[in-house]
Amino acid sequence: MAENKSAEFIPRLLPPRELVAEGHRGCQGCGEALALRQVFKVAGPNTIVCSATGCMEIITSPYPETAWRIPWIHVAFENAAAVASGVEAGIKILKKKGRYPHDGKINVIAIAGDGGTADIGLQALSGALERGHNFTYVCTDNEAYMNTGIQRSSATPYGASTTTSPKGKDSIGQTTQKKNLPKIVAAHDIPYLATACPSYPLDLMNKTRKALDIEGPTYLHVLSPCPTGWRHDIDMAVEMGRLAVESGVFPLYEVENGKLKMNMVIENRKSVAEYMKPQGRFRHLKPEEIEKVQERVDEHYAELVERAECDA
Amino acid sequence: MGERIGLEVSLAVSEAVKLARADAIAAYPITPQTHIVEELAQMVADDDLDAEFIMVESEHSAMSACCGTAAVGARTYTATSSQGLALMHEMLFIAAGLRLPICMTIANRALSAPLSIWGDQSDVMAERDCGWIQLFAETGQEAFDLTLCSFKIAEDKRVLTPTIVNIDGFTLSHVVEPFELESQEDVDAFLPAYEPQTILDPAHPVTIGPVGFPEIYTEIKKQQDMAVIGAYDVVLEVFAEFEKKFGRAYKPVESYRAEDADIIINIAGAVAGTARIAVDRMRDEGKKVGIVRPRLWRPYPFEDMRAAVKGAKGVAVVDRALSVGGPGGPIASELRSCLYPLAEKPVVLSFIAGLGGRDITIEDFYTMVRETEEVLETGYTDEYKMIGVRE
Repeated sequence: MAENKSAEFIPRLLPPRELVAEGHRGCQGCGEALALRQVFKVAGPNTIVCSATGCMEIITSPYPETAWRIPWIHVAFENAAAVASGVEAGIKILKKKGRYPHDGKINVIAIAGDGGTADIGLQALSGALERGHNFTYVCTDNEAYMNTGIQRSSATPYGASTTTSPKGKDSIGQTTQKKNLPKIVAAHDIPYLATACPSYPLDLMNKTRKALDIEGPTYLHVLSPCPTGWRHDIDMAVEMGRLAVESGVFPLYEVENGKLKMNMVIENRKSVAEYMKPQGRFRHLKPEEIEKVQERVDEHYAELVERAECDA
Repeated sequence: MGERIGLEVSLAVSEAVKLARADAIAAYPITPQTHIVEELAQMVADDDLDAEFIMVESEHSAMSACCGTAAVGARTYTATSSQGLALMHEMLFIAAGLRLPICMTIANRALSAPLSIWGDQSDVMAERDCGWIQLFAETGQEAFDLTLCSFKIAEDKRVLTPTIVNIDGFTLSHVVEPFELESQEDVDAFLPAYEPQTILDPAHPVTIGPVGFPEIYTEIKKQQDMAVIGAYDVVLEVFAEFEKKFGRAYKPVESYRAEDADIIINIAGAVAGTARIAVDRMRDEGKKVGIVRPRLWRPYPFEDMRAAVKGAKGVAVVDRALSVGGPGGPIASELRSCLYPLAEKPVVLSFIAGLGGRDITIEDFYTMVRETEEVLETGYTDEYKMIGVRE
């Protein structure tokens, strides 16, 4: 019953504006589009978006249509952070010289998928974080190159079958562990980073607010369930995100000024098997293989809890 | 007329960028950058230039950041060469397609492998089709002047296309030459602050860089090509205005003693200076030779080139770049294409010289002219000839 009440009053607390317009060409049940919707509800109209090539770019900008009600630029795949660096620096100098038409604060937000962040865009991201530009980078992580046909990325989890890490007689699917991008970002000692998921909209939106308000580079790593690539039912994206968090596969935490805080410590976590079950990409895994993943998740989760306790 | 001083050409280019009041510069020190960006960094550090200097982590990010600064309406500049330009390759096409009027100096240098930091024009020739307006300077003064002109050409509302000024690596970038530097007041009058047409501004949201489906891609490319071809007239206007203001005259194509020449040397960049000495000596010896030098490389000045070589029997084209496995050098290929529709046209020979910092000497020009004479008598033997190669 409590849930039903929330469903009634929470939407009334949120800005009704939709800066990523309805009618874009996203797949049915896309978790990534949901994440963007939440991020830009918070960011508001005084925002400039620098998008990497990827699902979100393709579905929102088929010329002459656009889903963007705010200024938006797409340049290439690997350089969202570098373009955002230029936008931020350009506005700074033009404001100083009195040649930019807008006086108020402008949010500069770079968006990219896991491929555009963990693989091809990692260098540009690292450079922009190191230089300290005042911008927020949002990685919408759907754990593979979904737009191009579900190829593996370095953010694809162990055991997932993709078109370039296919399961087979002699293959378990992805043989490597998911690259820990938030940890790499944290190593840049930026003022704020957080993990988030559109299945927890208030958490995601609060983190977006915080990231935008803090001066300097900030980073949000948003797990974005993808029915097409994860091969789960199209009405399951929100449920998949919850299962990822409740199983500890994708813990929600934030690192502010070097201090890690768990946003949700789950005592009785659901099993990894339960998280994997609705997803076609893991369907080939044997119980003993899932058990190995479970062990790793437990280990990783314990590390985070311990780190959070130390930092508290 | 400005003050006359001796200055390294790279530093003079920096001076031009400062006088142009560039708002934003993004650059990366690939092996090695020229003194251009070092000097600009110092100018910003000393508050002689009020600009954002973004010291990026790669050339790819340099051009990406330039796209960002240009998209919000900042006058944007960068400089690079060889490997750095090659790494920028992807972004060059996008900057042009997005119609962002970024200006760039390329200190032309060889491409690896083998690794070479020395001069030739292989780097820019590999970017021939990137959609930028491209100019070649012969002298330091020209590098300074064309840098000022490049902003005015790129930012013209009829053009809105990024622009490259090529200066030969080392033979131009690192030498000290006499300069007439202009005053800030005069440059401000020639080149007022950039007034962008469309920028990323929350009050007027625009979508820049959308997906172009097959129904629209061809039309956008045609539009882009029309803008670059149309830039020819703007180049003429800007050169005329420059001459009026500063007294130095420029044309898309320069000719030297070419009017009555039987054999014309066609060359771009600084080595035309050496060619001039060779031509003067050959003229003294009674040979009718001359030089035609394209200053404007994109848009290609077809009519100027046809007019410039008209009446000649042979053209010896000197390329400091090689199209491996192809017809020789790109300047020669372009000239052949340009002349092909004409009923009467000179024989065009492609010579490859000056690769990877190898000097092109006066004697080399004698050799090229001699070989052209031989071909005129006996006909073609090779698609191209490489000068001074030890076989």
